[in-house]
Amino acid sequence: MRAPAISIKGRAFGDRVLLALVILLSLVMIAPVLWVIGLSLKENAELMANPNSVFQAPYTLKNYINTIGTSSVFVWVFNSIIVSGGLTLGTLILSSLAGYGFARLNFPGRNILFVIVLFGLAVPEQAVLVARHQIFSMLNFHNTYHGLILPGLSASFGVFLMTQYFKAIPKELDEAAMLDNASRFRTFWKVLLPLTVPAQATLGIFTFLGAWNDYLWPLISATKKDMYTLTVGMASTQTNFAQSEGIGFLMAQAVFAGAPILIVYLFFQKYIVTAVSGAAVR
Amino acid sequence: MDDRRATPRTVLPAASVRAASVDIYAPQWRNFIFVAPFLFFFTTLLLVPLFWGMWLSFHKADTFSSGNFVGFGNYVRLFHDKVFLQSVWNTFYFVLLTVPTLALIGLFLALCLNRRTRTAAVLRTLFFSSSVLSVTIVTLIWRIVFIPNVGLLSTIYGWFGATAPAFISDPSLAMIGIAIATVWWCIGLPMMLFLSALQQIPQDIYEAAALDNANRWQTLRSITLPSIKRTFVLVVIVQIVLQFQLFGQAWLMTRGGPNNLTKPIVLYIYDTAFRRWDLGMGAAASEVLFILILMAAMVQYLVTRNKAGQA
Repeated sequence: MRAPAISIKGRAFGDRVLLALVILLSLVMIAPVLWVIGLSLKENAELMANPNSVFQAPYTLKNYINTIGTSSVFVWVFNSIIVSGGLTLGTLILSSLAGYGFARLNFPGRNILFVIVLFGLAVPEQAVLVARHQIFSMLNFHNTYHGLILPGLSASFGVFLMTQYFKAIPKELDEAAMLDNASRFRTFWKVLLPLTVPAQATLGIFTFLGAWNDYLWPLISATKKDMYTLTVGMASTQTNFAQSEGIGFLMAQAVFAGAPILIVYLFFQKYIVTAVSGAAVR
Repeated sequence: MDDRRATPRTVLPAASVRAASVDIYAPQWRNFIFVAPFLFFFTTLLLVPLFWGMWLSFHKADTFSSGNFVGFGNYVRLFHDKVFLQSVWNTFYFVLLTVPTLALIGLFLALCLNRRTRTAAVLRTLFFSSSVLSVTIVTLIWRIVFIPNVGLLSTIYGWFGATAPAFISDPSLAMIGIAIATVWWCIGLPMMLFLSALQQIPQDIYEAAALDNANRWQTLRSITLPSIKRTFVLVVIVQIVLQFQLFGQAWLMTRGGPNNLTKPIVLYIYDTAFRRWDLGMGAAASEVLFILILMAAMVQYLVTRNKAGQA
């Protein structure tokens, strides 16, 4: 997909300069991560004596064993799975139903309602944060799973995406199904929904990733340690980030928390990239 | 399956097909049931809090009681609060540091990696990979880069016998440190947006340019860049909206310090509403942020709408 190669003097030199720059940038990307992995494999005392010892053996898995043994990281991972999974499932159900409704069915006030839902795309989380927190306090929703899941269900993006997707499906399909005397719900469930799997995947990945990495709402809603999600929990261990204590341990915890999502990314990167860039462009 | 569905259409007279489709698309109250579940959550968790927040911003309120009406009192206090004005300035400064950098590096990477080689594919994967990490991990990584003594930066400077700049504690460098971590974290999205724009440029224009003996710089300037102008604007606006919401990096790397110099608006809201429990004033600050973001979103809407109109 690039301009056809043409032989022009200096092209090879120019290419080499660009390549060098890109490699330099990729080193900036990768070096911090390697540094963190290196530190996570070292004894703390040795690091304190000489930071350059990262480059020499002995390496140890002690920090990882401590992470698995002593930290609450498993509880937080579990909470994150429940919250992200619940939010993803809920978003897929609500968005598919509403997307079908807005794209295919007619009801009084449909167009004005759709415009209001679109307006929701422009409302940032911070604009509703304070009031949402107060409402959830009154309902005693803080430090619960539903307290962490519910706010995400109000996001308009999924409805917008699914409406667009349903609109792109030829209407002849549902008309044929309706003539077969299928109900609206049956038409939706049996005929149209199976065709929206690519959009469901995009929306699902985008929602899951966003919920997994969300920080602000869990920070103010989950204040009890056993309700922390992974992001909040990890952040809480950084609070006393004294230089003298447990850097290797903190790094092992970071690798432990970051590795799964990076591995998932490597397997599903095509879908993840589509999901994230599609969401940005709308 | 398809055959079975297609048959009735061909057999039935045209009139009955039309009658059926009129029936399907007539407005009916019961169709509302499909959108009702979403609208319930949308109303209770977005619209109500939005207006509640506006209402709160005119009241003196704490956690459980919404107290007295104070009119524009909270807003007056807000604009007399040096820390708030500082946080507005900090946010703009941060946007100014990150957005052009993200757009230009993203464009550069997209131009270099827009080819079908294995190396380019691996590098694209690498540059996007940081985007899937959470803010907690990104800040942990960058604090360990910037930290004195065991930090990567101080180790590298140490090899040359130099002292690394104190990116977290030096007042004039702290925001730059946060900006560096943010660019590292967010570079994947602009690169991918530019890549997909580049791939939509028709190849025959490049072939024509090659026949005209245009060199690479001329091709870039008169074909590539004009074709992705709109994407450039889009990337800039998307990033402005995103970076305006800076919170996690500042909170986790510097706690807003030294001297509130890295405290952005969202951190001010968090501090005011959830640490000092001055909910009315926190709500007022969040309305100011909302208006700023709404303006950027309006521009984005106009840009994308024009794009759709032209296509």
